[in-house]
Amino acid sequence: MAIIQVEHLNYQYSNSDTKAIDDVSFEIQAGDWVAIVGHNGSGKSTLAKLLIGLMAADSGKITIDGQELTPDSVWQIREKVGMVFQNPDNQFVGATVADDVAFGMENRGVDRDTMVVKVDRALKQVGMSAYKDREPANLSGGQKQRVALAGIIAIAPKILILDEATSMLDPRGRQEILAVIQQLKTDLNLTVLSITHDIDEAANADRLVVIDDGRFVEEATPDNIFNHGQQLIDMGLDVPLSEKLKDALQKRHVAVPQSYLDERGLIDWLRTSRLNK
Amino acid sequence: MATDITFEQVDYWYQAGTPFAVQALKNIDLQITPGSFTAVIGQTGSGKSTLIQHLNALLKPSSGTVKIGDRVINNETKNKHLKPLRKKVGIVFQFPENQLFEETVIKDIAFGPQNFGISETDALVLAKRMAGEVGLDEALLKRSPFDLSGGQMRRAAIAGVLALEPEVLVLDEPTAGLDPRGRLEIMQLVTRLRQEQNLTIVLITHQMDDVANYANQVIVMGHGELIKQGTPRKIFSDPKWLEDHQLGLPSATKMAYELQQAGFTFKTMPLTVEELADQLTPQLSKGAISHE
Repeated sequence: MAIIQVEHLNYQYSNSDTKAIDDVSFEIQAGDWVAIVGHNGSGKSTLAKLLIGLMAADSGKITIDGQELTPDSVWQIREKVGMVFQNPDNQFVGATVADDVAFGMENRGVDRDTMVVKVDRALKQVGMSAYKDREPANLSGGQKQRVALAGIIAIAPKILILDEATSMLDPRGRQEILAVIQQLKTDLNLTVLSITHDIDEAANADRLVVIDDGRFVEEATPDNIFNHGQQLIDMGLDVPLSEKLKDALQKRHVAVPQSYLDERGLIDWLRTSRLNK
Repeated sequence: MATDITFEQVDYWYQAGTPFAVQALKNIDLQITPGSFTAVIGQTGSGKSTLIQHLNALLKPSSGTVKIGDRVINNETKNKHLKPLRKKVGIVFQFPENQLFEETVIKDIAFGPQNFGISETDALVLAKRMAGEVGLDEALLKRSPFDLSGGQMRRAAIAGVLALEPEVLVLDEPTAGLDPRGRLEIMQLVTRLRQEQNLTIVLITHQMDDVANYANQVIVMGHGELIKQGTPRKIFSDPKWLEDHQLGLPSATKMAYELQQAGFTFKTMPLTVEELADQLTPQLSKGAISHE
């Protein structure tokens, strides 16, 4: 079942001559992880803001969990969607880390005892328990992002939207957060929509939606997108290491396979092609 | 005169003398020589940002000394007369676009030099030249900085620091949040500035590939201490140590270690894809080499 349906969506900023979102349609199945990719300025973040009703589309239709997004339904729909932005400074409200994680639940009238348990659990899941009583302002960028994620985890939404949410984390922090999200997705049958230009985050997705100049370009599995070589740079993604190495080997007259191989696949191919002394 | 920066036994405490005192730097000794490219790596919270704020006396050591050229900074240094240092050592902070504020891009770039007593006319000339240096199109200069893309804003902010004509350029994660193309463009810009203007570069980064590709000295911070220092080749030659300190390897080096498990051998561990391909090719069977 499609949990998110986008039909012929259009949006233009008042100070711009061109459409930021130009007739975009796609749908996302419940329980899927879909990554929206595109270079800076391609319209990815605008799309995310339209999906959560932070801005209203000029035309087109968004349906979330069977309910059409309208000025009347926007609050009900936001109950179902948690969103983490790139810059966590813009989303902090609490005096302490624990207060901040509790904020979303307070808005939803959760009782205090439940809240205390959920805050502790959410902070543990993102590895921030030791910082419970600290001021969010004094945390590093990566730590802040973990706290923001904990706030979302605590309200257990149906849909999680990540707007370049891991771009400030170091590689290990990013892997840890992605693992947490993967686990939550399984446990809660969460639908994840991530807007990203991180290749590792994109590789975690079931499907990728490519956006350019506000237009839908294609939708495919990560493997099918990752064999686009240098074109990936235009899509706002990096070229995977395995493809870069294949390219460098080809320049040295090595007859590498044409189809896309991930790192594991390329290592296997190299092993079988190794000269036995 | 070229500016050397030397730290001797530098300690720094946040909120010193209060019950909330936290030691952010412990006994740091280091040297940054003119023309070098130093990468500062370490986990979040390891003291990297505190360290770089000592490079132009935005922070003064709680104990120990920082020598910047012929100036000696210690905990007794008064805040007066530090301005020349701020001009000599320019810092581009994280998300520098948050600090853009003027009506137009050109005015924003010209703001810094005017703060240092340069006339508005001269500052605007300088700003225009620096905008060219960072590759900002002239048509953009009369626009509001907030109409620029993320990568363009980053360039404008870098141009604003370059307009101070520093000898040392310090960048705190200058590519964070940019897409891969934007990241590559900023790193190429930094490399070119170093070559053409003979700038000393200090770069805080989480991107080990950037460390491998650009730096000639690496400083590793951990819990406020300098835990390792050396060339990228030396730093990345001990994967176990890096793993223990929760640091990564350049992607090509990581793959080389995996290929070692598959029977390949490496005389020196490759740091880049090109080095990896160079060492792999002779180890492949004839059947894998095309005869076109």
